[in-house]
Formats: sequence, C-alpha cells, structure tokens
Amino acid sequence: MKSAHFPFLESRTKAQTGIVGFDEITGGGLPRGRTTLLTGGPGSGKTIFALQFLVYGAQYSKEPGIFVAFEETPQRIVANFETFGWKLGKLQKKALFILDAHPTPDLIQSGAFDLSGMLAGLGAKAQEMGARRIVFDAIDIVLALLPDQASKRREIYRLHEWLLARELTGLITVKADGDEEISLGRHSFGFMEFMVDCAVVLNHRVELGVSQRNLRVQKYRGSNFDENESPFVIGKGGFDVAVSRMLGRVDAKVTKERVTSGVKRLDTMLGGGYYRGASVLITGFPGTAKTTLSGAFAEAACRRGERTMFIGFDSDGTEVIRNLTSVGIRLHRYVKNGLLRMISARTITGSAETLLVRIKALAKEHKARCLVIDPVSTLSKAGNELTAHGVAERLIDWSKADGITLVCTGLLDEKSGPTDGGTPLQISTLADTWIHLNYLVQAGERNRGLSIIKSRGTAHSNQVRELILSDSGVTLADIYTAGGEVLMGTLRWERESAERVASEVADVAGKLRRVSLDAEEAVLEVRAKSLQTELVAKKVEKTLLTRTTESREQELSRGHTRMRELRGGDAAAPRRKKAS
Amino acid sequence: MFKFRLYVAGDTLNSMQALANLTALCREYLPNRHHIEVVDLLREPKRALADGVLMTPTLVILAPSPARKIVGTLNQTQTVLRTLGLGTLVV
Repeated sequence: MKSAHFPFLESRTKAQTGIVGFDEITGGGLPRGRTTLLTGGPGSGKTIFALQFLVYGAQYSKEPGIFVAFEETPQRIVANFETFGWKLGKLQKKALFILDAHPTPDLIQSGAFDLSGMLAGLGAKAQEMGARRIVFDAIDIVLALLPDQASKRREIYRLHEWLLARELTGLITVKADGDEEISLGRHSFGFMEFMVDCAVVLNHRVELGVSQRNLRVQKYRGSNFDENESPFVIGKGGFDVAVSRMLGRVDAKVTKERVTSGVKRLDTMLGGGYYRGASVLITGFPGTAKTTLSGAFAEAACRRGERTMFIGFDSDGTEVIRNLTSVGIRLHRYVKNGLLRMISARTITGSAETLLVRIKALAKEHKARCLVIDPVSTLSKAGNELTAHGVAERLIDWSKADGITLVCTGLLDEKSGPTDGGTPLQISTLADTWIHLNYLVQAGERNRGLSIIKSRGTAHSNQVRELILSDSGVTLADIYTAGGEVLMGTLRWERESAERVASEVADVAGKLRRVSLDAEEAVLEVRAKSLQTELVAKKVEKTLLTRTTESREQELSRGHTRMRELRGGDAAAPRRKKAS
Repeated sequence: MFKFRLYVAGDTLNSMQALANLTALCREYLPNRHHIEVVDLLREPKRALADGVLMTPTLVILAPSPARKIVGTLNQTQTVLRTLGLGTLVV
C-alpha cells in the first residue's frame, strides 16, 4: 500500500487516512470519534477511499476497523481490492472485519424495520476486536428499503447516536448522482450533511473526453481545511490526492551545487551550469533541438553516474536514442547499464493529473535524480487546459522537494510569433532557468539560435548563440551582428572566412614591412660603419697634420736662429747649419 | 407445524409491533400448529452477525422449509400469509 506517513500531521483529534494528500488537506485526517459523510456519484471512488481509510488504520495506526458492506459481498470486495496490493485477507483475521450487509434479492419486507439489530451486533463485534474505525458503505441501499422519509431519518440518527456513543471514527458513504451541486440538496438524506462533523464530496467529470476526478472537503467542524477542489487519481496504490504546497511545509533544501547542461558553452553562458534541483525549461518550435539539448543533459547526468529518467511524449525511447546518436549523444550504454530509463508515453492518454502521478511513481521507482520530460506541454492536451497549469506547478514543486533536477521542454505553437515567448502552461514563470530556441531564416537557410531568457540566481549571458549540431556533438557559436543584422549559418561562416583572409593579408603585409625595415637597417648600419672608418682616417690625418705643422715651425725657428748666428749679429755665432 | 424465530431489538416500537402482529396472525390462521421463538438481539448481540440478521424485526420461517426471511413489522398480513404459502386462506 502506498501511503505517505507524515508524523507532523499526527493529531489526537484526527484519524489519519493514509491517503496521499488528503491528510494534508484536512490537517491530519478524519475527525476522530466522529462521523464523516462521503458522497459521490457512481464510480467516484467512495468504496476505495473508505477501505483505504480502514486498511491504513489497521496497518499503521493500530486501529482495527469494521467495513459494513451494503452493496457488495465481502468476497467481491476482497477480490476487487487485491489489485491495490492491500493484504485484506491477512488483515481480515484480526484488524479488519467486513460485514456482509447487502440485502438479498429474495428479501421479503412487510412494514417498517430498523437497524437496531445490526448495530447491536456491530457493537458486540467492535468491542470484541477493539475496533476504532467503522465504515458504512452505501448506506443509501438499505435506507431505500425504508418506507418513508421519517423512518429514514430516524435510522440515520440512530446510526449517528450509536457512533457517537461508542466514539468510533465513522465514515458513511452515500451515492449522489452526477453533479453533486444539484443532487445533494435534493436527495432524501441531504440533511446528513448537517448532522455529520465532516463531509467530503467526490466528483467525477468528463471534460472533452478526459476523465477528471476531484475531491472537496465540504465541511469540517472544529478544524480548518483546504476548501478547494483537489484533483485526485486512483492509482495502483489507491487514492492519490493532489495538493499544492501547504503553508508551513518545510521548504525544499537548496543547494549551490551546479550540474552541467551537457553543452560546455552553455554552462559558461549560465555561469557554471544548472543548479542541482532546479527546474529548467527549454522552449522552442518543433525541430529547434529541444530534445537534443535535453538529451545532452541526460547523457551528462549519466556520465556522472546519476540515475536519470527520460520521459518522451513525442517518440519512442529507442527512436530518441537513435536520433541523438546522430549528434554524438550516446545514451544506449546507459540504458543498458540501468542508469537511464527511457519512458515512451506517446500513447498514454488521460488527465494531466494521471500523468503526473505516473511520472512521480516512475521516478520514485527508478530513484531518479535527474528527470527529462519532453515535452511538458503534453500536459495541456485537449481536455486538460484547466488543470494543466496546476499540474505543472505541482510537478515543479515535487521535483524541487525531492531534489530532482528537472529539464522539461516546451513546445511553442508555430502560430504564436517568436516574440510571444510564453508557454501555454505558463510554466515559464515557475521554471528557474528558461532557455529559448528559435529559428532564424536568412539567405535561404534556417539556423538555430539559443538564448537564455532567465536563470534565477546565476549570472548568465545575454548573448544569442548559434546552436550547431554535428555528428561530434552540440556546440554553440557566437553569432555575427553586422549593421544591426544577425548572421548565422553560412552567412556567419562567410563572414568568418572573410575575416580569416583579411587577417592573413594583414599578417603577410606586416611581415613584408618588417623585412624591408630590416634591409634598411642593414644599409644604415653599413653606412654607419664606413663613416666610422672615415672618421678614424680623418682623425689620423688631422694628427699627422698637426705634427707636421709643429715640426716645420720648430725647423723654421731653428733656421732663424742659425741665420742670426750666421750673420754674426750676436757673440755666439757658430757654424751654419741647415734645418733638416 | 410452523416454526418461527423472530429477531427483535429489545422493546423498540417496530419489534413490539412485529411480535403482536405475528401472535395475532398465528392465533387466527395457525391455531395450535405454530411455535414462536423470540431472539432479543440487544441481549444476544453476537447472534446478529452470526445469524446474518441485521434489520430488526426479522422473522425467520424455519419450517416448513425452505427457510425464508421477512423483514419488518409484519403489518401486511397478506404478504406474510403468501410467504407462508397460505395465500388461498385469505378471503
């Protein structure tokens, strides 16, 4: 049995039902020792609800219970509910008693009767087994045998008094046809709602061919409760009531850990990747590589060794794997070693609620830490428009609470323009990171552009990048903006190669210039050297010249002296000597 | 010989009426060939579930067989007689 046990919801005044969500709505379950009325149309799940309440009490709350079946035989009930995995047979020995109270068809009736006998018998039984809970399933069947309104009322009061006197937590189920609003007020035991302490209405509607189940607590004396209709599904483990996060519930653990998106450049754009436990939305038109991006994320998660689940609503798991292989994302091996689970949900129809419950169950089963839903917009398929938003909210809430990193893709309607970036689910406001993919048709080709619209709590690039898929993987390239125009694809390539050529030319020109400068330098150096030599020669010449001049002057002055001597002008006038 | 067992719930109105109706009927149509056993479920509550009698009053016709059950105060004498196979006695 699938039951959530919430210790914080335990209360002395309330009897837990173990029904996922219901105990949260009512703040702990049904009023203990009091009577609850459960109404609903055919097939709305009254019996399941009632039985689940008893089974939970018997199994987990040490409260044995009695089930009074006015409609079905105990054998049939046990057989019908084996499918939920509730071990009724085992419980029946001690903690659960099913009383066969369905009127036999050959019953002959003459005049008024009452239920005193049954209540006396039940009283003895309850005492014997120490029962704390009791269910009267489809009391309307036996009441219908009573001749008039007055006696019906009398029996209901008798029942009520009996329950109160024994302080049993009672649950009475009553049929209501179709729309509760109309029928409840009119049917003969409408006053029961006023008598009981708690009234719960189950509703089963079909909207655009999709079945929607709702549960609503109509009244609850002495307790606050969630007054809204809550969708529920009857799953493998019984009831599963969808509740939005209640106030006062502990916030999900927040971590600063990053996980890679599977695309290196995208991680850089996000400042390190997605946050663990974040919900990421990838929107785009068909064919913008949403699945590829989510596949890259899944592959990266598996490479880290994290259990991952990929739910594809568009194509089969094997198809997805094959298609992703073409862009270098190889998921096959991870499916083989059990890390990755591919779920193909293409053909699953049903309410968004059902889908969510299944997704939750599967993720729990696989112990997934990373989850991909491709595309999440499936939730808002026909008939689900009203509930899909709430479901998406709860999906994100649930994944956060469980610390699951969620990547969902969202299909945008081709008709809504590229500027109209919203998603039909309005999930975009809830998601932590929103990556948008679009096309740019230019020069006869279609190219993919990627931009990050938002990413809470991370610095992220505001640049549009071109997303390039090749057989070696997914890469992001800068786009060229020239003259207010964005260039992608071939145009970008052209621009890139043109720039390459231009830079080569410049490079060569630079080299040439350097060579010629070198040459000039060499010439100048040579010239400088020859000049140096010339300078030295000149200096030598100059020295020589000075010396020659000096010796001649000496010679001259000696000559003069000799001449004076020769002329004998002075006393000492020796022999004549010529200057050499 | 007609053997009856009447399950009652103490001296509640319905039960008392049923007992009165049954004795009157027997006196009129089955003098000296009937036997009435009264089971008070308030005194023997375990018999309710054991005997499969949940509504009170319930009359069980033990003989002649097959066993039949009539629920209610037995105020419609004709229905009771027809069930007993005595329908032709009624004028």
